[in-house]
Amino acid sequence: MKITYDWLKDHLLTSYSEKKLLGKLTNIGLEVENISNISEDLNLFKVAKIIKTQKHPDADRLKVCDVDIGDNKIKKVVCGAKNARDGLFTVYAPPGAVIPKSGLKLVEAKIRGVTSYGMLCSESELNLSNDSEGIIELSNAEYLKRVGKNFFKSSNLNLIDLSITPNRPDCLGVRGIARDLAAAGFGKLKESKLKKIKFKNNKKIKIKLNKEKKQSCLIFGSCLISNVKNKESPEWLKRKLISIGQKPISALVDITNYMMFDINRPLHVFDADKIVKGITVRNSRSGEIFEALDNKKYKLDNDMCVVSDSKGVLALGGIIGGIRSSTQNNTKNVLIESAYFDPTVTRKTAKKLNIESDAKFRFERGIDPLSIEEGLIRSANLIQQICGGEISKFEIQKKEKLKQVEIKFNKKLFNKIMGIKISDSKTFKILSDLGFRIKKNREFLKLTVPSWRPDISQPIDVIEELARIIGYNQIKTIEPRKERYKPTLDNTQKLFHFLQRAVATKGYYEAVTWSFTDPKFNNLFRENKKEIKIINPISSELCVLRNSIFSNLIFYVNKNLNRDIKDLSLFEIGPIFNGPTPGDQETVIGGLRSGKVSRLSWIENDRYVDTYDVKKDIVQTLIEVGYEKSEIYIDDKTPSYYHPGKSGRIFLNKDKDKVVGYFGEIHPNIIKKIDIKTESLVGFEIFIDNFKKLKKSLKDKKSTFQVSDFQKSERDFAFVIDKNFDTQELIHIISETDKEIIREVNIFDVYEGEKIPNNKKSIALNVSIQSTKKPLNDDDLEKINKLIIDNVERKTGAKIRS
Amino acid sequence: MSDLKKIKEEFISKLKLKLDLAQINEIKSDLFGKSGLITSQFKQIASIAESERKNFASDLNLIKDELQSLINTKISEIEIADINEKLEKEKIDVTLPERTIIRGKIHPVSQTIDEISSIFSEIGFSVAEGPDVENEYNNFTALNTPDHHPARDMHDTFYLDKEKKKLLRTHTSPVQIRTMLKNKPPFKIIAPGRTYRSDSDQTHAPMFHQVEGLHIDKDINMGHLKGCLNYFIKEFFEVDKIQMRFRPSHFPFTEPSAEVDIGYKIKDGKIIIGEGDKWLEILGCGMVHPNVLKNVKINPDSFQGFAFGIGIDRLAMLKYGINDLRAFFECDYRWLNHFGFDPLDVPTNYRGLSR
Repeated sequence: MKITYDWLKDHLLTSYSEKKLLGKLTNIGLEVENISNISEDLNLFKVAKIIKTQKHPDADRLKVCDVDIGDNKIKKVVCGAKNARDGLFTVYAPPGAVIPKSGLKLVEAKIRGVTSYGMLCSESELNLSNDSEGIIELSNAEYLKRVGKNFFKSSNLNLIDLSITPNRPDCLGVRGIARDLAAAGFGKLKESKLKKIKFKNNKKIKIKLNKEKKQSCLIFGSCLISNVKNKESPEWLKRKLISIGQKPISALVDITNYMMFDINRPLHVFDADKIVKGITVRNSRSGEIFEALDNKKYKLDNDMCVVSDSKGVLALGGIIGGIRSSTQNNTKNVLIESAYFDPTVTRKTAKKLNIESDAKFRFERGIDPLSIEEGLIRSANLIQQICGGEISKFEIQKKEKLKQVEIKFNKKLFNKIMGIKISDSKTFKILSDLGFRIKKNREFLKLTVPSWRPDISQPIDVIEELARIIGYNQIKTIEPRKERYKPTLDNTQKLFHFLQRAVATKGYYEAVTWSFTDPKFNNLFRENKKEIKIINPISSELCVLRNSIFSNLIFYVNKNLNRDIKDLSLFEIGPIFNGPTPGDQETVIGGLRSGKVSRLSWIENDRYVDTYDVKKDIVQTLIEVGYEKSEIYIDDKTPSYYHPGKSGRIFLNKDKDKVVGYFGEIHPNIIKKIDIKTESLVGFEIFIDNFKKLKKSLKDKKSTFQVSDFQKSERDFAFVIDKNFDTQELIHIISETDKEIIREVNIFDVYEGEKIPNNKKSIALNVSIQSTKKPLNDDDLEKINKLIIDNVERKTGAKIRS
Repeated sequence: MSDLKKIKEEFISKLKLKLDLAQINEIKSDLFGKSGLITSQFKQIASIAESERKNFASDLNLIKDELQSLINTKISEIEIADINEKLEKEKIDVTLPERTIIRGKIHPVSQTIDEISSIFSEIGFSVAEGPDVENEYNNFTALNTPDHHPARDMHDTFYLDKEKKKLLRTHTSPVQIRTMLKNKPPFKIIAPGRTYRSDSDQTHAPMFHQVEGLHIDKDINMGHLKGCLNYFIKEFFEVDKIQMRFRPSHFPFTEPSAEVDIGYKIKDGKIIIGEGDKWLEILGCGMVHPNVLKNVKINPDSFQGFAFGIGIDRLAMLKYGINDLRAFFECDYRWLNHFGFDPLDVPTNYRGLSR
């Protein structure tokens, strides 16, 4: 909502400065969003007098004018206007001025060889009217002594843009804002006086407000004015509209706009001669076509509210008028409509047809249903004053009687909600200034809510009124209480937090990417999950929710590779989606690494990142979380986007109940499809929601501390075993041989090739043996040695290498 | 006697010379070998007169010890000199680069969330969460924003179905609803998370982060709200003085509602929080609307309290001088390296939020 202080003063008696006004507006909840100081621009436009005109030496239609711009300065201006003549008072714009209509900045320029220092302006160029015929002619009497002075009055030049919250339709008119300010002690609200109308005319247009079900026009008021002459609005009205950035059009249109911005009363004016056989306000029928003032044709559904005649729809109630009955310059008879349309239906209709209008914006928020008559009186008077004509009696039809809202208000509530007290007298003063009618009771106030406040229906609404008017700075600051009902984080949240930082310590940079993604990428990682489309995506690319943490991450890995960053590790922790219902999501960590380890190192050999790098990252992370290495179980069944031979799946037990992660090389086909210029791309995923609770909390684990001081022995073995036999299983078999004394099994060599049969591999391992109960002698060691070999050979078919 | 003395003096002077290990061993053998001088003196003990024997033996032992110790010292001196000589040859250039360093980074949004959680933890709040996909009821209707209410225009919503029943949550407020439906009052939670709105330009991203706050008890009033936010802002920006302005606003789910501005100034092109006469809007808040409480089956006459919603990305930008919101989500490795945090920098109250 745009206002000027000048306009506000039409309704408000006040002597405060504009700076104070801006602070006050914000303090009572009418936030000042912007101030456009157009004065600096418009102050450049000066009243000037043409001293002498001469024909341009090289152009028949141009004149070279000597212009008196005040302070005894004469400027040469080239002008093409026919009416430019000696002695004319007009408006001069110097170089540097911005022409309001075109937005162009003037510069000194040679026009056909003659330098023009600025420009003489037409009304159209200053947005004062559509008149572009010639330059402005100012009356001698009025402007004789004002040569060199500002053409625009500077007092009304600050345009104050307020952000009016959707609950405050009453402040979509200047008067409503003035009322709030008055209640907040910023002046006195001027009484609104209505001029009595002399009804002269007995002509009538038949009006029918259909009392059908779902009729959303609850009141329809109208007034016929005959024999008007539409014309340009008078100066005061034009200036008023221009001051808030509106363009004057014609008196009839300008008057309705003025009423809307001044008292928040949207009106519509029909050319009465174009109404065929009277008006019916009714629900639309599906398929009806309506050509609106925006030159678009709309196909209507059932139950939209329309103002119609026997030929069809004339206007969409509360939203937009139609072309067929619009007023023109030659319009003679007009019908003014002043009505109340239901907010919800107005909004639904406008949404469906995708129409925005000032009227719709107001009706969907709720217009004062009691302002219908005032709207008719004021507009009829203004029309008569400017355009002449005779006014007929008003006709106001109602679908039903509107009830005024009453609230039983407990005075103690204010203190309970706000934590501060307010005196009775202050309460009465504020509420009555805002327009409430008050009946006092001992404990309660019986309040009648003003008709222009559809947002107020219960006591808490009244609290807000009182609070914002006395000012939120009055609220006392109470120190926070520290009592706690629950731990800050639950176990899953702690896990999230721990994992996030655990993964980062492995050298990964944390990325945060959209939860939605490009289906082109998503499909590569979607597997058999359902695609979840967004109906109204931000772009056609980002139109599905991500089914995998890799969909976006791989895109950004690629982007960074294209920035010539060769070695990078990115991870993201966040949701992936399994379906379109709330809760159908899980929390996942995804990490991707690309490039080399130890690139350009003088001391270490560089190598490409590989599956065992990411395996280390994921396993170490799990161990840091608190799982034992012996609990971690791995097999090779992985989704299709991993390299089938170089990827693994992780469980937290041998029963393989829930997958907690994958790791491995990204499938070469995917790298090819996305066209990533990577030397090597490996990744892992961790599914946090699949973690089982630790058997023992770390706290409990700490409480048992057991070490053995008996001598530790080590034995090396080498087995020749089937090439496809899982080393994990071999280690398991050895460890299980005697859990009491076998402490550790370490693989120190894996060999295939010469001396080893084709389908076999040789695995060399070191076993540490130590008892907690006794020192082991040579016999004991020999026994366990033999047991290990027997066990492995029997269970795996391997042979010990001698 | 004089024999012993002679031996002693002779060999002490010998051992003073610069000797190598072989020469020392030769001396050692001359003295203590099978027929060494000291060895043969010991053999003579039996033949010495009984009256002198005790003194002789005692003197001999002293000389033996002295010479032996002298020899040992000499040996170890030579060994040390040898080692030193060897180490001198092993010297490396310690200014050559170390082995490869790996270092990860935590995203500034995550760091900020942890900072926020740490601050609110201190005054008893716990962390709640809700799903990113919400139903229309939790996101709007239950929050006193009925269908076809103009307030819905303030949220450009992503929908997942034509009936507009499923959507990406436009704010973290539905977590209020879920929390209150699931449990019994009192409530004291914050709910950080991802939120979504379908606009995108320099200052808006289609996804951003909010933290919701909710404190409901028998007597929580707007003064508590003011105190809570005042505490939070001061802690978060790690400044002693903060200028805050509560001004009336409107949110369907709170009443009275307020927006909170903090004072700032621009110095050398940088924002300084807590000083100056400019105002910056940072959050919305208010007393939970009785209609919302009724929607979650809580009697607004018995329980009341406040709620707030803060833009996390915005806070991070202000605190860490990040200019461009879009950069948060562009994953530029160089940006992440610059604005990211070391994973060991866990924001805690006792250690301070930031270094």
